[in-house]
Amino acid sequence: MNNGKCFVEYSPKPIPLDTSGKAKENNLCRIVDLGLVDYSYAYEFQKQVLDKIRYGNEPHALILCEHPHTITQGRMTKESDLLISPLKLKQLGVSNYSVERGGRITYHGPGQLVAYPVFDLNKLKKDLKFFLWSLEEVIINFLNNFNLEAERKPGYTGVWIEDRKIASIGIAVKKWITFHGLAINLNTDLEYFSLIKPCGLDVRMTSLSQIMGREIVIDNRLKERLVEEFKKVFALEIVEGQMNTQLSER
Amino acid sequence: MTKVVLPELGEGIVKASVTYWNFEVGDEVKEGEDLVELATDKATFNMPSPASGILKEKLKEEGDEVHVGDTLAMIEEQ
Repeated sequence: MNNGKCFVEYSPKPIPLDTSGKAKENNLCRIVDLGLVDYSYAYEFQKQVLDKIRYGNEPHALILCEHPHTITQGRMTKESDLLISPLKLKQLGVSNYSVERGGRITYHGPGQLVAYPVFDLNKLKKDLKFFLWSLEEVIINFLNNFNLEAERKPGYTGVWIEDRKIASIGIAVKKWITFHGLAINLNTDLEYFSLIKPCGLDVRMTSLSQIMGREIVIDNRLKERLVEEFKKVFALEIVEGQMNTQLSER
Repeated sequence: MTKVVLPELGEGIVKASVTYWNFEVGDEVKEGEDLVELATDKATFNMPSPASGILKEKLKEEGDEVHVGDTLAMIEEQ
């Protein structure tokens, strides 16, 4: 577990926005919007993109999507984190996956904006803590657009508004290339979180729509805002066009 | 013999736990292949093999805590 104190005092230097030659090349990023897709599809997609980056010298990729009702269990999940039987889950139409990301259990579903940054940290900064901190920074800045004061909670990863958690983070790294990522509850049906102990915590989840008291639609404008925050925090240069891959976006 | 050593994972990260060995003792591994998976609180990290050869010894098992600089395994180069 993290030592809470170090998170509060941790304020790393940002990645410098250097547009000269190599630095620029190192910060190129493609945006892929998958829309509403099954978790397994997005998972396979990430792994193929990761291989493209690993062997094909592709730029970073930021994958955006939403999932149907899904529970995923990270490497640190304890049996007691799932509060109902797998059979019951199935009856409720909730998919259930065990995955290699860090962290414990979480829920994905419609109305939740998911971002999977497949970033080559060899080109940015080889530092897992910095990467996790930067993802939190992206989310906090994104929520600032709604005049909300979102914050880190000492000792935990994720983003909180007052005492409620609005966004979760869990990542995995191969050869310093990241996959898995973050999930922000925008219009999420929060009832589904009662099926689990989110991240193994006795925590109350919230969503942007709950806080704002109105429906939030995940449209292109909203996704562009998130991309904008990624651009700033990671000093990314967005590349247009398709990835050099046979992968279809379906 | 080549030591498999836990590298720096980030500022202030001093330890991780072994979550999954992809190879058994006696297996042949190639340099760069994912040898073992480690996890910090919110991140998992695949460690590539530093050399090609035979996985001679695992010094840490799944569930063990490891610190930066610790030796995880020995590879006998071929």
